[in-house]
Amino acid sequence: MTTFLARRLALVLPTLFFVSLLIFGLQQLLPGDPALALAGEDRDPSVVAYLQQKYHLDEPLPMRYLLWARGVLAGDLGESIRIKRPVLDLVVEKLPVTGELAAFAILIALSIGVPMGVLSAVNHGTVVDYAATMTALWGLSIPNFWLGILLILLFSVTLGLLPASGFVSRAESLSHNLATLAMPAFVLGNAIAAAMMRHTRSAMLGVLSADYVRTAGAKGLDETRVVLHHALRNALVPVITLAALDFGALLSGAVLTEQVFTIPGFGKLIVDAVFNRDYAVVQGVVLCTALAYIVLNLLADIAYVLVNPRLRG
Amino acid sequence: MKLRRGVRFHDGEAFAAAAVKFSIERHLNLPGSTRKAEISAVTGVEIIDDYTVKLVLSAPSASLLAQLTDRAGMIVSPKAAQVEGENFAAHPVCAGPFKFVERVAQDRIVLERFSDYWNRDSIKFDRISYLPIPDSTVRLANVQSGGLDLIERVAATDVEGVRKDPGLKLTAITGLGYSAIVINIANGERSKTPLAQDVRVRQALQLSIDRAALNQVVFNGEFQPGNQWEPPGNPYYVKELPIPPRDVSQARQLLAEAKQPNPTVELMIPNTPELLQAGQVIQAMAQEAGFRVTIKATESASLIQLATKGEYQARLGGWSGRTDPDGNIYNFVACNAPLNDLHYCNPEVDRELDAARTVEDPAERLAHYRRVAQQILQDLPLIYLWHNKWLWAATPKLAGFTPYPDGLIRPQGMRLE
Repeated sequence: MTTFLARRLALVLPTLFFVSLLIFGLQQLLPGDPALALAGEDRDPSVVAYLQQKYHLDEPLPMRYLLWARGVLAGDLGESIRIKRPVLDLVVEKLPVTGELAAFAILIALSIGVPMGVLSAVNHGTVVDYAATMTALWGLSIPNFWLGILLILLFSVTLGLLPASGFVSRAESLSHNLATLAMPAFVLGNAIAAAMMRHTRSAMLGVLSADYVRTAGAKGLDETRVVLHHALRNALVPVITLAALDFGALLSGAVLTEQVFTIPGFGKLIVDAVFNRDYAVVQGVVLCTALAYIVLNLLADIAYVLVNPRLRG
Repeated sequence: MKLRRGVRFHDGEAFAAAAVKFSIERHLNLPGSTRKAEISAVTGVEIIDDYTVKLVLSAPSASLLAQLTDRAGMIVSPKAAQVEGENFAAHPVCAGPFKFVERVAQDRIVLERFSDYWNRDSIKFDRISYLPIPDSTVRLANVQSGGLDLIERVAATDVEGVRKDPGLKLTAITGLGYSAIVINIANGERSKTPLAQDVRVRQALQLSIDRAALNQVVFNGEFQPGNQWEPPGNPYYVKELPIPPRDVSQARQLLAEAKQPNPTVELMIPNTPELLQAGQVIQAMAQEAGFRVTIKATESASLIQLATKGEYQARLGGWSGRTDPDGNIYNFVACNAPLNDLHYCNPEVDRELDAARTVEDPAERLAHYRRVAQQILQDLPLIYLWHNKWLWAATPKLAGFTPYPDGLIRPQGMRLE
């Protein structure tokens, strides 16, 4: 176990190094000059020159990478040239917002997707199965931003039940916090629920035909108990893996939904940073997301090893 | 220049001549100052007494007063500016009706009523929150649902709905800016096109466009068609040179004379839905005269860089506008001016533009601008198309809101009934 851990940990730093090289390099391929984007409408040449010098944009590329990497190693992710605040502060400020949104979305996805998957598998080949599959397809096919706008028109404009956009933190008001997150979390959860439903369905179908389930049925156990207690527990393994992966993806991938609902999270931060060519922010956010993925992967690997000793090698 | 007495900054410091001198010198000397070019005529600020300052200029400047009504004239608290240094923008301290409370990036800016504001009776709100909401549909939904009291930049296509909605109040005013086809006249290789090299081709392109129809199709007729850098109705709009009507047969004839019956034009357009639609309308109209227009949709930061480098044949460009006409024309067409990425250069035009900068009499200035307009509308380095309107939607409870062409929301006199 110790050698396994040491081997995995030794890979973390080189992986991060390559990720950092990749994001740094890819960003430079983008056309557009941060100094020009920042200099304002007037594009005063002396201002542009000053900004290029101030943010080392006039230095050669390897030099700029070294300057940035040196800062990162010292725990400094640089400063946003647009917002004029340290990138680390922005990450710390935005990550909990997106984290909460992602957690709600996964919760909604699980509470829609799993029951529908179970129902569909138990009633395999019947009208219930087809109806559930149709609903899942609908959820997968509907574009997030469009569903978002429709929900806003229904729940905010027509019914006046929920705020149309914006975000209120839990510290300010828990009820407002939940009200502002309800629609965006549903939009995100709805799309994931569809995938969850399909996975639960196929896993359940596999498990339901397994010998031990038949035995449980033959022993005269109640069908609901067999389905929920014996079959579902085993079928949930791939669903939980999927939920964990989707959670990771939502941290950096809720871009459109955050934009529509004006949620000041990671997605909106990175979109604005890309449009403004705020390199330090893009690099910082991507690096943090990469780190989160590496840690999640590592934890998953450790969990597998704990569960299955044959993997210890 | 006489200063108002009894004014205080948000940090309690008194507003007096020393603060004006400090602020203007700060604009002039701060490294990377974006205000410097606007007031570059100022060479010194002298304090005559506590409430009188004298601005020393290198040459007469007709636009200076207008510049001072804009950002360049906003006076900051010297004490706070010195304490905060480079970080002052994150904690601004001025003398206006509201003081800064907080800014959460991508979320909100919150201001709070300043009790010592000199004109405090005109202020009826305790707090103002500005929320940046990028999507126009979502902005509108917010004011419809009562989440917001006032929104700006209503999409032109939503205006009809807002007018019909008894729960909303629409306010509109023509802005100071313009949108135009900017033609790369002489900036690098990409300017070697029939459009750049033969004025008849540019005139034909202009004649192929029906500005009123363009406005009708893309903006539901809500914006104002135009053919100069100032909108029709502005005192500096040259009335003798009205919007030319569409004339496809004359356009074809001009192209035939130029021996370019089917010139190709690559039109670079910022990739926003409205502007792309405008581009498609232009493409269709120009095609009837024989032009082959291709549209190159480009994201804005890339577009600015490509424009600066001259990497375009023609582009759909816009300018937010300034109160003084100088700010809407000089930097775009004067030889070697900073925003003249088309590299148009005509000493005759420069002479008139420079002269217009130094005379104060409006009639005399207009005479200079008339001669500029005659030349520019002849040479057509820019084909001016329309002027955006500022469109606000508010709850009917909001009273006393006065629109200004610069688009700024001034809270004085506004109240919720």
